[in-house]
Parts: sequence; C-alpha cells; structure tokens
Amino acid sequence: MNKPGSTKSFQNKLERHDRKTQIVADLIVIVICLAVLFLLDSVLDSSSMIFVVLKKTAVYAVVAVSMNLLNGFTGLFSLGQAGFMLIGAYTYGILMIPSGDRASVYQYFNGGIVKFSLQEVFAGIFGGNAGVGMFFGVLIALILAGVFAALFAFLIGLPVLRLKGDYLAIATLGFAEIIRALFQWNTIGGLTNGSNMLRKFPSFDSIVAGWAAGCPFVAAHIPFFSTLLPMIIAAICISLIVMLIHSSYGRSFKAIRDDEVAAEAMGINLAKHKMLAFCTSSFFAGIGGAMLAMFQTTIQANAFKSSMTYEILLIVVIGGIGSVTGSILGAFLFVAASEWWLRFLDTEMVFADAGTKTGFSVFAIAIVVLLAALVIVKNRGKEKKDFHRIAIIASAVAFIVIAALINYLLSPSMNVPLLRSGFRLVVFSLIIMIIVLFYRRGIMGTRELNWDSITAFFMKRRNAEKEGGEKA
Amino acid sequence: MLKINNLSVNYGGIKAVRDISFEVPDGEIVTLIGANGAGKSTTLRAIAGLVKTAGGEILWNDRNIRGEKVQDIVSKGITLVPEGRRVFPNLSVLENLKVGAYLRKDDLTEDLSMVYDLFPRLKERSWQLSGTLSGGEQQMLAVGRALMSRPKLMMMDEPSLGLAPLVVKDIFSIIREINKQGVTILLVEQNANMALHTANIGYVLETGRVTLKGSGQELLDNEAVRKAYLGETRQ
Amino acid sequence: MDWSVVLPYILSGISVGGQYALIAIGYTMVYGILRLINFAHGDVFMVAGLMMIYFSASMPMYYSIPLMIIFTVLLGYAIERAAYKPLRTAPRMSIMISAIGVSYLLENLALYVTGGLNQNYPGIPWISDSITIGGAVTKRVTIITPILTIVLVVALILLIKHTKFGMAMRAVSRDFDTAQLMGIDIDKVISVTFIIGSFLAAIGSLLYFTNYTGVVPTSGAMPGLKAFVAAVFGGIGSIPGAVVGAFIIGICENLIKGLDSVLMVNGIISQQFGFATFSDAFTFVLLIVILIFKPTGLFGEKQTDKV
Repeated sequence: MNKPGSTKSFQNKLERHDRKTQIVADLIVIVICLAVLFLLDSVLDSSSMIFVVLKKTAVYAVVAVSMNLLNGFTGLFSLGQAGFMLIGAYTYGILMIPSGDRASVYQYFNGGIVKFSLQEVFAGIFGGNAGVGMFFGVLIALILAGVFAALFAFLIGLPVLRLKGDYLAIATLGFAEIIRALFQWNTIGGLTNGSNMLRKFPSFDSIVAGWAAGCPFVAAHIPFFSTLLPMIIAAICISLIVMLIHSSYGRSFKAIRDDEVAAEAMGINLAKHKMLAFCTSSFFAGIGGAMLAMFQTTIQANAFKSSMTYEILLIVVIGGIGSVTGSILGAFLFVAASEWWLRFLDTEMVFADAGTKTGFSVFAIAIVVLLAALVIVKNRGKEKKDFHRIAIIASAVAFIVIAALINYLLSPSMNVPLLRSGFRLVVFSLIIMIIVLFYRRGIMGTRELNWDSITAFFMKRRNAEKEGGEKA
Repeated sequence: MLKINNLSVNYGGIKAVRDISFEVPDGEIVTLIGANGAGKSTTLRAIAGLVKTAGGEILWNDRNIRGEKVQDIVSKGITLVPEGRRVFPNLSVLENLKVGAYLRKDDLTEDLSMVYDLFPRLKERSWQLSGTLSGGEQQMLAVGRALMSRPKLMMMDEPSLGLAPLVVKDIFSIIREINKQGVTILLVEQNANMALHTANIGYVLETGRVTLKGSGQELLDNEAVRKAYLGETRQ
Repeated sequence: MDWSVVLPYILSGISVGGQYALIAIGYTMVYGILRLINFAHGDVFMVAGLMMIYFSASMPMYYSIPLMIIFTVLLGYAIERAAYKPLRTAPRMSIMISAIGVSYLLENLALYVTGGLNQNYPGIPWISDSITIGGAVTKRVTIITPILTIVLVVALILLIKHTKFGMAMRAVSRDFDTAQLMGIDIDKVISVTFIIGSFLAAIGSLLYFTNYTGVVPTSGAMPGLKAFVAAVFGGIGSIPGAVVGAFIIGICENLIKGLDSVLMVNGIISQQFGFATFSDAFTFVLLIVILIFKPTGLFGEKQTDKV
C-alpha cells in the first residue's frame, strides 16, 4: 500500500471484488468521513444546523432502514413503526433517569416505581467510575430498548402477520395507536409518567459533555463527538441489518416479497420468516426510538403518532424501497430539507424599497414564464391530446402565478408574499408529492451504493470509451 | 370489416405481438389459434383498447381505432367476451345483461328475450347473483351480455377454457347461431379442433407472429397444424 | 341504575356516530372501487371545517354553507385527478403513499394558513341551538345528525342499487377492465365516487364541528381514523356496514368516556379508573378484534386467494 503504482493494482483488486481490498476501501472512506466531520467542527460554529441535521439523520436512518427491511425487502406493509419507537424511547428513558432526578420528573407519581438508573448501577459495579457506568448503561439501555420493542412485536405479530396487504397495514397502525394510548394511561404513570414528559435522561449532548469534563480534547470538539456518537450507533445498527439482508434469511425475505406462494412451495417457513423480519425491524425501530430520546432530550408518548410513521415511510420511498443506501440518503435529504435548507421560507422578508421589490417581481415573473416554457417544450414529443392538456395546465398555472405577482407588485405592501412560518413545510410537502408522483422508484430504486456498483459503473465507462464512443 | 395492419404490442420490453396483419370480413367467423403465450389474447385486448399498442393500424370500417378509449371502441360496435368469462359476480344475471347494454338508451325487452331464448338456463336464474353460477352458465351469461349491445363484431377470448366438453359443444353451436344472425365473430382459442371446425377462416399465431393462414378446413388438413395443435402424433 | 347519567353519553354517541358514518362512507366507497385507503379523506373533512370558518367570516350563512360544500367536493375531485389517477397502474403501495403525501400536504397547508391557532367554528343557526331531552341538555345537532345520516345513506343505497349509474359503480368496483368493455367510463365513475364521498364528508364536518367547535390542522386525523375503522369493521366496501360500525364506535367510545362517572355515581367504584384515556383506544381494540376474527368485516364479502 505504500508503493506508488499500487493504486492501479488496488483498483484491479476492487474490480475483482476482493473482500480484503473492499474492507480496506471501506476503512479509507470511514477515515475520510471522520476527517470531514472533524473539519466541519473546526470551521463551523457549534450551533450550526449541520450538526443537528446529521444527528437527526442518524436517528431516522436507523428507523428508515428497519422499515425498509420489513416493507422493501420482505414486502410486509406495516405502519406500526411509531409504536415500536415509542416503546424503545420509553424503555431507554425509564431506565436511564438518574435516581436523583426521579422525584422531579415523576412529580405526580411519587418519584415513580423505578428507583434506579442503569448508568448508576454499572458505575457501582465498576468501582464508582461514572464514565464506564455511562458506557455500559447506554449500551444495555439501547439493547433493552430493542428487546422490549421486539417483544411487543412478537406478541402483536402472532395474530397480525397472517393478514394480507392492506389489512396488515391497518392492523399495525391500530396497534401503534393502542400502544400510544397505553403509554399515556395515568394508572401506570408510576412507570411511564402517564401523559407527562420523560426528561433528564442522558442525551447525546449530555453524554459528550460528561466526557468533556474529564478530557480537554473532547471539550474542544464537542460538536464532532456529539455528532459522532449517534453516527456510530447508527452505523452499527445498519451494518447488522445489512448483514441480515445478505444472509440466507435475507434471501428468504426477498423470496417472500416477490411471491409468497412460490416461496412457501420452495420450503420457506412463511410464519417464521415473517416473524423474524417483523421482530428484527421492530428491534431496530426500538433502538431508533431510544436514539430519538437521546437526541430530543425529552419524550412524550403523544408525539409518537402515526404521522411519525408516515414520515419514515416517505423517507423510505424517497430513497427507494429496497435500497439501504437510499434510506440513508433519503433520511439525510428529508431531515436537511425540512429542518434546514428550506428554513428561509419560514422567515419573513421585507424589501427595503420599491426598486428591490420591482426587481424581485420581474425576476419572479421571468422565472415562471421560463419554467412554463420549459415544461411545454419538454413535452413537445407527446401525443397531441396529452400535449394540449399539459400546455393548457402549464399556461393556466403560469397565468395565475403571474397575475398574483402583478397584483402584489401593484399593492403597497413591502413584505415578500407567502413567506412566513409554515411555508417551509408546505413547499416540502409539495416536493414530496412531486417525488411520489413522478419519481416513484425514489433516488436509488433498488440499487445500492457499494464497491461492486461503483466499480461496475467505472468499468462500464471505460469499456464504452474503449469501443470508441459506443453506448455501453 | 376489421383490418389489422402490422400491429405490435409490447409488454414491458417483451414483444408480445410482432407486426401481425389479418382481416375479419363482415359476417365471417375468423379464428386465431396458437399455443399459450402466442399473443392471441393480447391481440384481442389490443383491438378492444385494453392494452397499449406499439405500432400498426387497427382499421374498423376503414377508420383507424388504435389508441382510442375502450368505451369509444365499444360504442362503435365491437365487443369482447373476455378470457375467463368475467361476469360481475356481485350483480344478478339480469343486471349483468343490462350492464352489457350500458351504452344503449332504448328499450331492452326484445334483446333480453332473444338472449333468454338462446340461453333458457339464464332465464330461470335471472335474479341469481352471477357469482353463484356454474362455469358453463357464466360463459353463456358472458356471451349473452356481449350480445346485449347489438355488436357488429363480437370477439371471444378462449370461450372453451375450463368448460366440460358437452358445454363446449353447446357454446360453439351457439356461436354459429349468433353468426347466422349477422354478427361477425373473431375467435381466439387453444382448442384448435373446435375452433377450426367452427370458423371459416383461420390464422395461426406463434410467438407473436402470424405463421399460417387458410380456411378452417385447409388448416385442419395442414400437417404442421395437426402435429402442433391437434395432438396428432407421427403415424 | 341512574339512567340520567348515562343518557348524555348515549346521545353524544349517537350524534358523533352519525358524523363518523358520513366520513366512513367515503372511505368504504373509495376502497371498494380503487382498493385504496384514502388517508387524505380525514383531512378533506378538516379542510371543509376550516373553509366554513373562513367563508362564514365574510359571508352570510346561506352562502357559506353551499359554498363550503361545493369547494369540498371540488377538493376531493381534484385530489383524485391529480394524485391518484396517474398512479392507477402503479403497485398498490404507491397510491397509498400518494394518499399519505396528500394528507401531509393538506395538514401542512392548514397549519400554514391558520398559523397553528385554534379556529372556532361558527354557530350554525338552528342546529346549534340547545335543547333538552330526558333531562339532558344538548345541541339540536345531536338529534339532526342520526336522522340526516339515515336519510342520506338510504338515498345513496337507492342510487347504487336501483339506478343504471349505480349498477355501473358496482360493476367497476369488481372489475375495471370488464366494466370498460361494457362501455362504462371508469374515470367518470371514480370521480363520482370521490364526489359523493367528499359531499358526505362536508355534511359530516358541518355537524361534527357544531359539536366540537375547535378546528386545528390535526382535527381530521382522529375522526378520519375512527371512521376508517368503522368502515373496516362493517366490511370494507359495504355502506350499511360502515354506518353500523360508525354508530357502534360512536356510542361505545362515549360510553367509555362516561364509564368513570357512571360507575362512580352508582357506587361501583370509588375512584376514577381513568377509562377516558382509552376511549380512543377502544376504536383500535375493535379494529384488532375484527381483523383477527373476521377480517372481511361484519358484512364483508369473502375474498378468496387465487393460487
């Protein structure tokens, strides 16, 4: 690896799918990513949105991949993700609130029935070492979050997995709502705090702050570490899921997705495999829920509504049903777009003078005309009936928008129209609809971004060039 | 008269029908025979407007109807008795017949009595939900339903499929009867024997192409046809 | 047994049951014809409520009400055309995701337009007047709802069973292709289905928000979900089933809400058990029960799997 000219042989080894070379390549990529993250920390302010976005992406990526495992790879359309996330989040919260804070959190329930916290238990086991205690505490709490979610999944799955298609979706949705009601029930508030929030448990930020207290290097790079932590957890979870997909179980899942009857005829035990997929997916959804708790610092059962499941589903669709890379990318794009990139749409803007306002309006009108013209020209090739319809719709929409702009131009108001709180989500929802309607396969379709697909892409290009510009 | 010129149909990359041409003269019984997957059903469905076509012409009385909506094609006098009967199981026998005449605004009593004369069993069961009928009765209902629109051309997709031999004989004699009353018939069948005995003109389809054409008798006598479709082994 | 304590709950149960029924019909009809769970239907109901608030703020009632109904119907029609029709040949999951997307869009639009503030529904003359029944004070809408619901449902069933177009609707709900072969314009049939569903949702919103006067962007989610469960319970595709299911859900959930008071007044329990939290969950327990024991619902037809 230290010899010049070994890059070529490295490339060759990649193309021949040499496992060891692929692992080395993976490590190189990981190091590059860490370096980039470290750079961002050094360059950007610690309150920069990118860190929040990356943390939330990690959380949503785990849940999205777990949902993709169930929907995309096994073909079981389940809408219960929010319920399992809730179980995971609460398991984590209940077990990790420091005993000193219990009285204030569980104020209506006499401090709650759970009187210990995992990190303190482990700290005790390891001779008072809080850092080690926290490590094991978080580790065990996350695992238990997954285990309890999977346990509920098992119980729910027994009756529900026999149902077909839409009915499965409805039933899982129903169970998620029941779980949500259960966790708000004040009678078991001693455990769950009823309809009140759970708080004071360790979050990503608070854990890193704890490290920072004992280590100046960490203190100087808090954003780096507090973003790294969820990414490491996410990476481990997703790797485990990917390993499952590439195993013989994963192949059985895909067989079930493609044709249940044929799969059964081939000897695949439908019930066992469906239950495995369901429980595994819920296990990781539970961990995702715990991660969400660690991100949000407070959790409340009421927030885990079906709309949360829908957001995950939209992420899976945007990324491509059946593509793990797609789910990760989709999570990033979804979180970045909804929380960060479109933020400017929520802030009111006022023009300084009539000149700027006119300039902006003219510019906007020009863009609308250009877009309408583009749509019309692009669809020139279609059949006459379709083309007429598209042309009329495009012209009508353009006309309305231009009329509104002219009306605004003539009005005395200096505020940019439309831009106020909530507009961001409207635009975002429209973008989602466009993706759902016109880009059904999502970004990645069913393809993955891994060394095999990358080398295949470059090999195709090279072969195309060799054959003198012939299309591969 | 129905004229098909160079019709092609693709099913997502697979060329189900390649460049076929044939004619269905008025008043005749024409049959398309061939093995499963040869493209016969697809051809009928393409003529009816149910599937998208990739090229060619479908001329009905010299007007190209390729690409028109199904309901427009039906209103021009072309009906299809689909594969597998496809009666509406949640509608009664009478309602099925009525829905066959959906586009007509005039009185239906004459046509209903004509259909009941042709299929007395249906008259007995006119209030029964058609989902509870036997296979043969459903086939009769499907044919009767197609007749209710007073079609000029009736296309039939594998009418013998899944029916007992005696019932099949009934169906084919009724087909001849309908034809005598002036309805042109385009018949697609796997049961080449019955089809070729009933039809005047036959075409053989193989993997989407027309490979043979002739009168019913000519094809019955043809060596290749006998070996492939009539179950004759080398003697 | 002191019935005067139970009575108000039964009355609200019947009232809200009728309102759920009007929404449930929309779900069951659309599912029957497109095999689509129209997740956006509850939000159309909510938007109807918001429209009424905005219209009545600037127009007299006899304009606002018909205008609200017309625009709600247009909304339902437009959603079908724009978001569902293009996906008719796509796999089933795609169209369901589209419905979820529309629901998301409508809720965000409502959030944007209302600024997240609770909007108050206007008092509709006559139906929001107070009346007394058997010692219980309630609004007139409580009596109007079940009557109006029954009338509309009967009219709808007559339309479907005894008219030519109704026959076409029944045919299309079974077999798209063959219905087309009969000359039926399935686009028209599907549009009319959505129009009827939206019309009933508009009426339902009128009645519902007269009772529960706060309208927020999420106001459609719960009633929508419950109406949907009612449709599943009654047998998806069956209108009478949806209506029966809706009334059962309405009555039972209100009885559960009142269970604490009823049991306490009658000395059976001494402390609140907290049943009310579960009034919403009851709907889902019902859902699970029916899906496990008879997934096709009370009046549903047996769907056989073709192998």
